[in-house]
Amino acid sequence: MPAVLYAAGFQAGRDAHPMTVGTGFAARIMEPVATTFFFYLLSGLAVLGGVLVITRKNAVHSALALILTLLALAGLYLMLYAPFVAGVQIILYAGGIMVLFLFVIMLVNLEHSEKEDQFNHQWVAGVLAAAALSGLFLATYVTGRALFPQRVLQLPEQSNTQSVAVLLYGNYMFSFEIASLLLLVAIIGAVVMAKKRI
Amino acid sequence: MTSIGTLHYLVVAAALFILGVIGVLTRRNVVIVLMSIELILNAVNLNLVAFSRLWGVHGQVFAIFVITDAAAEAAVGLGILIAFFRNKETVNLDEMDLMKW
Repeated sequence: MPAVLYAAGFQAGRDAHPMTVGTGFAARIMEPVATTFFFYLLSGLAVLGGVLVITRKNAVHSALALILTLLALAGLYLMLYAPFVAGVQIILYAGGIMVLFLFVIMLVNLEHSEKEDQFNHQWVAGVLAAAALSGLFLATYVTGRALFPQRVLQLPEQSNTQSVAVLLYGNYMFSFEIASLLLLVAIIGAVVMAKKRI
Repeated sequence: MTSIGTLHYLVVAAALFILGVIGVLTRRNVVIVLMSIELILNAVNLNLVAFSRLWGVHGQVFAIFVITDAAAEAAVGLGILIAFFRNKETVNLDEMDLMKW
């Protein structure tokens, strides 16, 4: 079977099969392995990280748990055949935003804030609202189970970045420029607000 | 349960969303509330990327924009927090009531 796949990859070029990796004699098919196990492992880690974020007393522990969640989500994006978004998530989110959070926690960390009550006095109403929202989610997903088609798109795996780039700099060029303007405004705002004397 | 479909990813995203909502509504520490907001944004991202598997790369482009927005919002929110902390020396949400009547 691998010999057939090698031959198909060599003769028909790179697009012989969507999951082809490499070209010529080195072409081979990458099939997903142990999908169920990795899905449950990564989603379990993500939900565990989420639970730790909202329950820890120490803000640094919460930040580390959020980094765990972000990395597990990057793994889930890889399973969904979105390697570019996974890379962006690791570099920007876990490597940029969370470092910003840790710096600010370092600046505003107070010793006595760990010994006070962690949950505010209206936590019952909050949990009830979240329970109502989860009931809504449950109802939606149970009644709408038949909406999601069984077949998934077989997009070629090695050109995901190219597809994202074609859309980003083509259809969504205006949003791209606006996003860069938004980042500029955010930088100026953050610098002005955190200065000692304006 | 043998093959992982779109609904599995949606349920995980819903769980993360609920956890983020509980964190925003119940915690007193402002930094942890901001981190719960990031949890909510990540749940939305997982939804977008899960559906992009069915309907094309547009969901991933939107997810990149959401990550960009989350970065800008985290920077501005933490700047506000630092400015407030310089005046009042607290990170307790219950004590941030300067605009109450």
